[in-house]
Amino acid sequence: MTKRKKFVNIPVLTNLAEESRDWPYENPLAPGHRMCPGCSIPPIVNMALLEYGKDVVTGSNTGCLEVTTGVFPYTAWTVPWIHVAFENNAAVISGAEAAYRAFKKKGKIDKEIHFVSINGDGGSYDIGFQSLSGAAERNHNMLYICYNNEGYQNTGYQRSSATPIGAFTKTTPVGSKVVGKEEKRKDLTLIMAAHEIPYTAQANPFNYKDFTYKIKKTKDIKGFKFINVLQSCTLSWRTKPEDAFRALKLATETLYWPLYEVLEGKFWRINIKPAKPKPIEDYIAMQPRWRHVLKMPEVLDRIKEEIYTKWDFLVRMEKLSKELAEDLGFSLDEIFNMSWEEYQDKVKPKLKEKTYLF
Amino acid sequence: MAVELIKERKAVAMTGNQAIAEAMRQINYDVAAAYPISPQTELMGFFAEYLANGLVDTEFITVESEHSAMSAVIGAAAAGARAMTATAAQGLLYMYENLPIASNWRLPITMVLVNRALSAPLNIHCDHGDAMTARDSGWIQLFTENSQEAYHSLIMAVKIAESALLPAIVNMEGYIVSHTIGNVNLLTDAEVREFIGESDWRKNVPHPLLDTDNPVTYGATALPDYYTELKYPQHLATFEAKEHVKRVLEEFNRLAGTNYQVIEPYKLDDADFAIVVMGSTAGVARTAADQLREKGIKAGVLKIRLFRPFPYEEIAEALKHIKAVAVLDRHDSMNGLASPLYQDIASALYHLPERPMLHDFIYGLGGREVTVEDMLKAFNRLINIYTGRETRDRFTEYLQVRE
Ligand SMILES: Cc1ncc(C[n+]2csc(CCOP(=O)(O)OP(=O)(O)O)c2C)c(N)n1
Ligand code: SF4
Ligand SMILES: [Mg+2]
Repeated sequence: MTKRKKFVNIPVLTNLAEESRDWPYENPLAPGHRMCPGCSIPPIVNMALLEYGKDVVTGSNTGCLEVTTGVFPYTAWTVPWIHVAFENNAAVISGAEAAYRAFKKKGKIDKEIHFVSINGDGGSYDIGFQSLSGAAERNHNMLYICYNNEGYQNTGYQRSSATPIGAFTKTTPVGSKVVGKEEKRKDLTLIMAAHEIPYTAQANPFNYKDFTYKIKKTKDIKGFKFINVLQSCTLSWRTKPEDAFRALKLATETLYWPLYEVLEGKFWRINIKPAKPKPIEDYIAMQPRWRHVLKMPEVLDRIKEEIYTKWDFLVRMEKLSKELAEDLGFSLDEIFNMSWEEYQDKVKPKLKEKTYLF
Repeated sequence: MAVELIKERKAVAMTGNQAIAEAMRQINYDVAAAYPISPQTELMGFFAEYLANGLVDTEFITVESEHSAMSAVIGAAAAGARAMTATAAQGLLYMYENLPIASNWRLPITMVLVNRALSAPLNIHCDHGDAMTARDSGWIQLFTENSQEAYHSLIMAVKIAESALLPAIVNMEGYIVSHTIGNVNLLTDAEVREFIGESDWRKNVPHPLLDTDNPVTYGATALPDYYTELKYPQHLATFEAKEHVKRVLEEFNRLAGTNYQVIEPYKLDDADFAIVVMGSTAGVARTAADQLREKGIKAGVLKIRLFRPFPYEEIAEALKHIKAVAVLDRHDSMNGLASPLYQDIASALYHLPERPMLHDFIYGLGGREVTVEDMLKAFNRLINIYTGRETRDRFTEYLQVRE
């Protein structure tokens, strides 16, 4: 992190990190931020923003990413970044994007600027859900990334609606009557797919090729893009820092966190299909916050039911999507491999013709 | 692209909401974001008509809530846009979290607040309860008396905000002004655009997000070691803001032939008794003062146009020789000595060697009609307390309550 050089009257940090000059060779998030060892937020942010380049306006809700990257007079952001409050970055970035459109249409700005909002699960699933849903419905041309560590980490780990069944949090302790969180995870990815926005996906930083493929894909798509990325939290999951990515790897191998993508709520494709899924117990065993459920067959059963019915649902959606693609004269892979323009030109007209299928 | 509609000045009969929509069209904001709430809804509807007919260039973000309206205009302004929103009462409270952020970041946003009473009980009619909750938010606040002033004030507010680098609220009373037809002298489109100047994303704010070659960080945390240092420049800016307001009012007076000042004294020079008031009630109070003067009582009125930053020097100067002053508060701040305007007036007068007696009247709540008789009642009660004919238990009283 670089200290800004001149005291400005306005509490905005200028003269940012030296790293910004070396684009794109250095990480967009400069070293020196205050995230915990083993936290997987930095690789998520860096992988995403490296694909986007330097002409990007970014922002975040209040949360771990925000509080560790900008502590006055230091900042780790080498690209423009704005944090207003806990629940509104989708709206803030939608305003910035509208400003850009206003100047663009008047010919007052030439360059192509992209807009990326990166927020925690609490700020996306819960308190910020309204502004996320609103920006998605208005179809602002922006990418929204949810880094999902399954809890309110910045405030010391309370439950969020992304926290899994049975997990310990400070607001869902393990007691003699109640053991951890009772409710299952809200499925924000499905909810966003139901917005029928251009692109929705689930990703995992361990599967970095898949993740960067998805990020690249969003760069080409006009409209609202949403990616939900699982993120390990050293502090609350209590996985050893060096095991963070091993845990993340297991999340997808056990089907706990399937990697898939959805185009306009219509075409569903699963990106990684483990030949033989590993037992969920392997994943849970790596997380002291959650390990106690291994001795609780009824709780384990509920967890499994949630995971496997969801996987079954996704497989069926993919099957339907394949059928639909074939009816239109394409393979599902062909459709996902098209550029956004090609998709508009080739697939959309055919979709219109065949709407009776629905 | 925006078209030139009004090429010659003209006088038209307009409601406050129509006049504000007209000003918005002439200003041709880069971005507007708003959520419907009475009595503001109609205003945004009028503006949407202009949009639908291609008469403005504004990107209108039809957000899903007021919280997002303010968030979006903050994002837009930080990006470099000339941005505005409009709301009332519950809408303002819902977006409130963002207000002190906009002012600390010195974003020149303008907001039309169509004054409405706060719940509970739910009520869509006028009082100043909403504006009063924003008084510590660091926003500049102008009050207006009629649709003409509302129209002029929004145009002035754009320039005030951009020169003071502080966000500004234009208060327009719900229904009393927003839905009441008055005579409005419109400036030409060209005059308005020249007065406020061309919007330029590189210049509207000092650190536009869109300048990706000079990346900035908005919204870093500041711990106890820096928080104070990041508040202090804002503190200074609010004091400087009054000079910006005065300069812009003067410039505007030269353009429009108006005589706007931060305060508007009426027959105060030789007055013994005065009412201090904001908004449309000023007219009623002036009529009452005239009637009293016919009976030989030297009455006057002080209307406050600039509520934030509070022009305490000008007010002290205007009131210092008065025997007794009735402050009319269109809001009850509860649990205090008296209501907000009274407290501000009292503070403004405290340092004078001799100062008027003060009394506070809470009036016009939830759209309660305000008559000349009400104003006469306030004057009479004030005079009676002053002369000792009547006593008082408190500094603040309800003027119009049915017991
Ligand atoms: C309106 C409001 N309510 C509560 C808070 C306190 N708060 C700040 S961050 C946070 C949790 C953030 O959780 P999440 O979005 O998941 O991000 P993480 O900290 O996990 O990165 C909470 C509760 C706040 N800042 N603002
Ligand atoms: S608390 Fe968790 S999410 Fe937050 S910085 Fe530490 S590891 Fe990352
Ligand atoms: Mg979280």
